[in-house]
Amino acid sequence: MSTVYNDFVIRFANVNGSGSASANGMFAKALFRMGIPVATRNIFPSNIQGLPTWFEVRVNERGYLGRREGGVDVMVAMNAETYAEDVASVTPGGYLFYDNSKPLAPSLRRSDIHEIGIPFSNLLLTEYTDIKQRGLFKNITYLGALAELLNIEFEVITGMVSAQYKGKDALIRPNINALEIGRNYARDYLGGPLKFQVRRVDLNGDKIMVDGNTAAALGSLYGGATVCAWYPITPSTSVAEAFERYAGQMRVDKETGQNKFAIIQSEDELAAIGIVIGAGWNGARSFTATSGPGISLMSEFLGLAYFAEIPAVIWDIQRAGPSTGMPTRTQQADLIGSAYASHGDTRHVLLFPSTPRECFDFGADALDLADRLQTPILVMSDLELGMNDNMSEPFAWDDSRMYDRGKVLDAEALEGVNRFGRYLDVDGDGIGYRTYPGTHPSKGAFFTRGTSRDEFAAYTESPDAYVRNMDRLVKKWETAATLVPKAEIHDRGQKAGIIYYGTSALPMQEALDLLGAEGIHLDQMRIRAFPFGAEVRSFIESHDVLFVVDQNRDGQMRQLLVNELGVDPARLVSIRYYGGLSISADHIQGKVSEHYTTRKLARLTEVKS
Amino acid sequence: MTFVAKPKVHHPRLPLNELGLTRRDYEGSVSTLCAGCGHDSVSAAIVQACAELSLPPHRFSKISGIGCSSKTPSYFLNRSHGFNSVHGRMPSVATGANMANQDLYCIGVSGDGDSASIGLGQFAHIVRRRINMLYIVDNNGTYGLTKGQFSATNDKGSTSKKGKPNLYESIDLVGLALQLGASFVARSFSGDKKQLVPLIKAGLMHKGFAFIDVISPCVAFNNHQGSTKSYDYVRGHIESVTMADFIAPQQEITADYEPGSTEDVAMPDGSRMRLRKLDDSYDPRDRFAALAHVLERQAAGEVVTGLLYVDPDSTDCHEIMNTIQKPLNTLVENDLCPGNGALDRINASYR
Ligand SMILES: Cc1ncc(C[n+]2csc(CCOP(=O)(O)OP(=O)(O)O)c2C)c(N)n1
Ligand code: SF4
Ligand SMILES: [Mg+2]
Repeated sequence: MSTVYNDFVIRFANVNGSGSASANGMFAKALFRMGIPVATRNIFPSNIQGLPTWFEVRVNERGYLGRREGGVDVMVAMNAETYAEDVASVTPGGYLFYDNSKPLAPSLRRSDIHEIGIPFSNLLLTEYTDIKQRGLFKNITYLGALAELLNIEFEVITGMVSAQYKGKDALIRPNINALEIGRNYARDYLGGPLKFQVRRVDLNGDKIMVDGNTAAALGSLYGGATVCAWYPITPSTSVAEAFERYAGQMRVDKETGQNKFAIIQSEDELAAIGIVIGAGWNGARSFTATSGPGISLMSEFLGLAYFAEIPAVIWDIQRAGPSTGMPTRTQQADLIGSAYASHGDTRHVLLFPSTPRECFDFGADALDLADRLQTPILVMSDLELGMNDNMSEPFAWDDSRMYDRGKVLDAEALEGVNRFGRYLDVDGDGIGYRTYPGTHPSKGAFFTRGTSRDEFAAYTESPDAYVRNMDRLVKKWETAATLVPKAEIHDRGQKAGIIYYGTSALPMQEALDLLGAEGIHLDQMRIRAFPFGAEVRSFIESHDVLFVVDQNRDGQMRQLLVNELGVDPARLVSIRYYGGLSISADHIQGKVSEHYTTRKLARLTEVKS
Repeated sequence: MTFVAKPKVHHPRLPLNELGLTRRDYEGSVSTLCAGCGHDSVSAAIVQACAELSLPPHRFSKISGIGCSSKTPSYFLNRSHGFNSVHGRMPSVATGANMANQDLYCIGVSGDGDSASIGLGQFAHIVRRRINMLYIVDNNGTYGLTKGQFSATNDKGSTSKKGKPNLYESIDLVGLALQLGASFVARSFSGDKKQLVPLIKAGLMHKGFAFIDVISPCVAFNNHQGSTKSYDYVRGHIESVTMADFIAPQQEITADYEPGSTEDVAMPDGSRMRLRKLDDSYDPRDRFAALAHVLERQAAGEVVTGLLYVDPDSTDCHEIMNTIQKPLNTLVENDLCPGNGALDRINASYR
């Protein structure tokens, strides 16, 4: 048995609400601290307690962090209810950890995997009298056993326990005790180390491991958001919660103890976006965070904000379709609904972050763009990025950066204006000058409506005035295409290219390497915003075949490209995954390869020199 | 239809207020509502109240939903910004505007359709949040702008212009506001300027959420025999609890009751309305009594008007949330951005 270092997938099957999250998180963090790249994924039900939940960690030295298909190498099966399913998901030759306090039903046994039974319940029976404690410490105990068998540095874990319970010292000892019970049992009763081993490397540099929602909240805070209105919905809730937590630490006035922010948990998403728009209209930077159903409810307001030209930032942490259940799975299925949300001729700016660092950056950039363009900016994250701890470049802020508040006339500037026209295109970029309410005693006030106005914001139902205004909004849209984040392009002059966005970036390097090994070499473009910049068009024009990767059924990014750039649909081959897990490298490789085979496209058998 | 600016000719005899401004400086553009619409009288009352209080006419935010009533913010206070937003959603927009700048006076104007039907949820929640604003509902018991459908404030048994009776119970926003804990609740009649203007003044000066339900007849669709919100009907059934005279906030708001006397009030259409003043047993500081009184009079087929409830020790949302006094929209990088240094600690916590 040859040892495999730092390359395996481990999955923990638990019962929701059993306190497993913290032990599982410590497992991943320990490897991360040992310098090994890891990716974590939560798969959880719409339920608070009792239903199955899984936590998966992919460990990979090459930094392949997408979801891996084809089963797991190590399964920690702690949920009787899903046991059969969990046993079945282990790869041949893999390992199954289970609680053998009770005998295992013969039907559940497999001869092609290693069963590692540990009598967790019995072990803890004597140590902890309280049933609840026993349940909690079970998680810590399997962590101790795993540390021994996978060769995780024990001090890294104990260090984490001490840090986690700092100030609650009474909890440190029992936790370490539980870790030791697991470790000692594994050492004393279980044979040698597993095939899969970890070892310290130095591949993580100064990276951090954080969820995208926390990053979004911090970016919004750094970007100067003062008003946050929201309504709870998984997987977006933690954006507002993180904003509240950090604002409470970093946005309280030292002298008065008063808050330099306002957070309103509103009665629904209609109110959340209404509050954001009211605040934006009145000159405060404001944002909301929601998911698909919330976007649907916000749509009327989004149209108003587009027409009335009011800055607003909306984080859409995308999930699968309606109701409960699947919706707590990841997807990128709100693109079309968001890009054209609302009634009348509307088009909205979308940003597509793919790492926590990018969530942080876009958190602030979106506020600048909203002010500059005087329009809603929707940041399209998803559950995969938002709720899982992702490895990321650390957050950084340029202290010389000033907020771009866009075109706003203050009282002094108004003095110099002969006749203020809110919707006059003074600069030829389609963006007018705005004023905040209450700025000047006699100048700059205007009445905000959706439509029916002339350049001076005066009421009119004149068809000409309407058309002039709508055409100016088109011009503004063209300006937006020059201001939004540019696509990230790797062009080595191949004939074929792959276009992707958001969390499809996670498995991309692995997919490209797999394809490269079969003689398929693709140039890459990661789209970061809608409207598409000129670079997106020229990438498409300079390639014969283009694969467009979407995590939705209908190839929504592909539709946007066809629709907005007038690309011949035949040139855009759709690669789609919509099962609610994140897209894998295997899936991308399989579909691209299949296309090459069925179309008999040439592959390079040798590397071009 | 285009915007008509009112000619700016100053009437030499118009009195100047403390800011040296006349009532004209508080007006808006020319109304496009039907001649005789009660809503125009409400706008006029707002103009008069603000002028008489000598409030700076550019320091308001005027927010509305959608409806004839919601069009009215462009007919008063032209020097202030207005926002004709989304049907039923004025409360959320007003909340946001107030979050951004608590120094501005905020007037929200809505209709009974806007607030009691599509926007009932938002109405209830803004009351809870105690946003510091004056919230006026121009209540005509109908959907004016969509041409006369029944609204939820329409009384059961009242008939539409076509003679169809309303079969459903009505929603009384005053009762609701009292129940939800609004700290200032009043009802008035658009034709009763003498009562309405002081109420608007008191509402503007009130700290916290001030609500005035103004019965405001729709002359086009709900002013016929059979309607319970027509001028004639309301005139016959009105009972006024307080002739609230506005008194500056440092003094207590007292009610100018003259038990047993009657007062004739001029109506916009030239007729006069007789109001009966309440006896002085009515205490506008007793929320429970106010609610009971409203329900009782309602059962007797009467509309109670006046200052029904006021909490002199009221609070507002910013106080509840402990926000900084300085308007949030004036904060800059130095106030808001913790800087790169603070990220070291944050990054370290994620390693
Ligand atoms: C979402 C939506 N639904 C319907 C309408 C149509 N609509 C416009 S005004 C209105 C009713 C207004 O009634 P009310 O608030 O009582 O105002 P009034 O015109 O009576 O003053 C309706 C239903 C709309 N503008 N938006
Ligand atoms: S329809 Fe009724 S509510 Fe609308 S403007 Fe005319 S009178 Fe007023
Ligand atoms: Mg109405």
